Amino acid sequence: MDIVFDGFLRAFSLIVSFDRELLQIIFLSLKVSCAALVISVLAGLPLGTFLGIRRLPLKGLFISIMNTFMGLPPVAVGLFVYLMLSRSGPLGFMGLLYTPSAMVIAQSILAFPIVVSLCHAAVVNVDRAIGHAAQTLGATPYQVSTAIVREARYGIMSGIIAAFGRLIAEVGAILIVGGNIAGYTRVMTTTIALETDKGNFELAIALGIVLLSVSLAVNSMLHVVQRKGLVMARG
Amino acid sequence: MSLVLTVEDIRKTYNGNEVFSGFSLTFEHARVFSLMGPNGSGKSTFLRLCALLEEPDSGSVKFFDGDRESAKDITLKRRITLVLPKGGIFNATVFDNISYGLKIRGVAKDEIRKRTARYLETFGLMEKKEQNALALSSGEAQRLCIARAMAIEPDLLFLDEPTASVDEKNSRIIEEIIIGMKEQGNPAVIMTTHDPAQAKRLSDRQFVIREKKIVLQN
Repeated sequence: MDIVFDGFLRAFSLIVSFDRELLQIIFLSLKVSCAALVISVLAGLPLGTFLGIRRLPLKGLFISIMNTFMGLPPVAVGLFVYLMLSRSGPLGFMGLLYTPSAMVIAQSILAFPIVVSLCHAAVVNVDRAIGHAAQTLGATPYQVSTAIVREARYGIMSGIIAAFGRLIAEVGAILIVGGNIAGYTRVMTTTIALETDKGNFELAIALGIVLLSVSLAVNSMLHVVQRKGLVMARG
Repeated sequence: MSLVLTVEDIRKTYNGNEVFSGFSLTFEHARVFSLMGPNGSGKSTFLRLCALLEEPDSGSVKFFDGDRESAKDITLKRRITLVLPKGGIFNATVFDNISYGLKIRGVAKDEIRKRTARYLETFGLMEKKEQNALALSSGEAQRLCIARAMAIEPDLLFLDEPTASVDEKNSRIIEEIIIGMKEQGNPAVIMTTHDPAQAKRLSDRQFVIREKKIVLQN
């Protein structure tokens, strides 16, 4: 019990003293997850919207695949990216393995199906009358799409926040492709795993508290966004 | 008198069921027309075909003396509009809903403000301009949809059951607005209704759907 209590005390002291190593790890975690989120949103939002608006052959199959990939095991993605980026892999010449870029790639792959699926679901749930109303008011096909996306904004934001929640808490993929190198690819989750193994609980607990706080903030945002969408929809 | 709409030998089927079996009609400028028929007779389908939301299986729909026909012609599309019974109200303020058609046309901000204010006033929605439009009553929502359509100042306005599921007070307001359009002679209005008395009250000519064709009643 003393170890836990002592660990918490030291952890708080690390947090309130703005320990440099702690801040560096938190900053890298946020940087990697935010970069991966931006990439997956840039690719996934237009695709999810397109799938939601257009009638396409094999669309159902594609959506089913994306829904399945929402639960992709991070270690499997880590292994795949590792094989692609390793020296003997097809992209080995880029020299990205064990760099933050490799971690961003792996996390983008993890977030992409979440963004596509949840954006698609949000767009599909928009009343068809919205598109028709925009059309009858003289909107071009692009403006009609914009009007539909605007209506789906709360669902889309929920999807993006959910994807970020998954990324910030992810450990398997970034551990494999990042290598957990101190001061370079070490992020919150991988540090917690390593420091716990080493019996160095103070940093692990401090990072655990920060990670929980970030998760709490993300979930609170999700709740606020969903609530706002619900209130709007009910009028 | 110039024509706003010419329908030529139009046919439409849904899942093998014929809705219209080929008929031709013309509608002139500066008139209010009403279209009657029982539920499922094809009134709304006719409006959707005319408002370019759907394509006929054969035949043609031409606008404004037959100068343009293509459904992809955005300049043409912007001269006509349809108010749907469940209007597709945007999750935005009343002001933003009414100004939507102007914004997508790239109208200057000042003009948008002025014109939107004018229609908010005309349709009795000024006090609710900052309110979310989804919170309006069904009567107010219907007025909003017509105001939104009128704000783009169309040459041809289709109204699908404009007073259906609207209380008496709002129904009267909407009727007064349609009578105003009739007196002003702009825009030309083609509306559907269940109520023959209303059709007579509001329109210059009444049509009825009979045996999969639209025919003149009076």
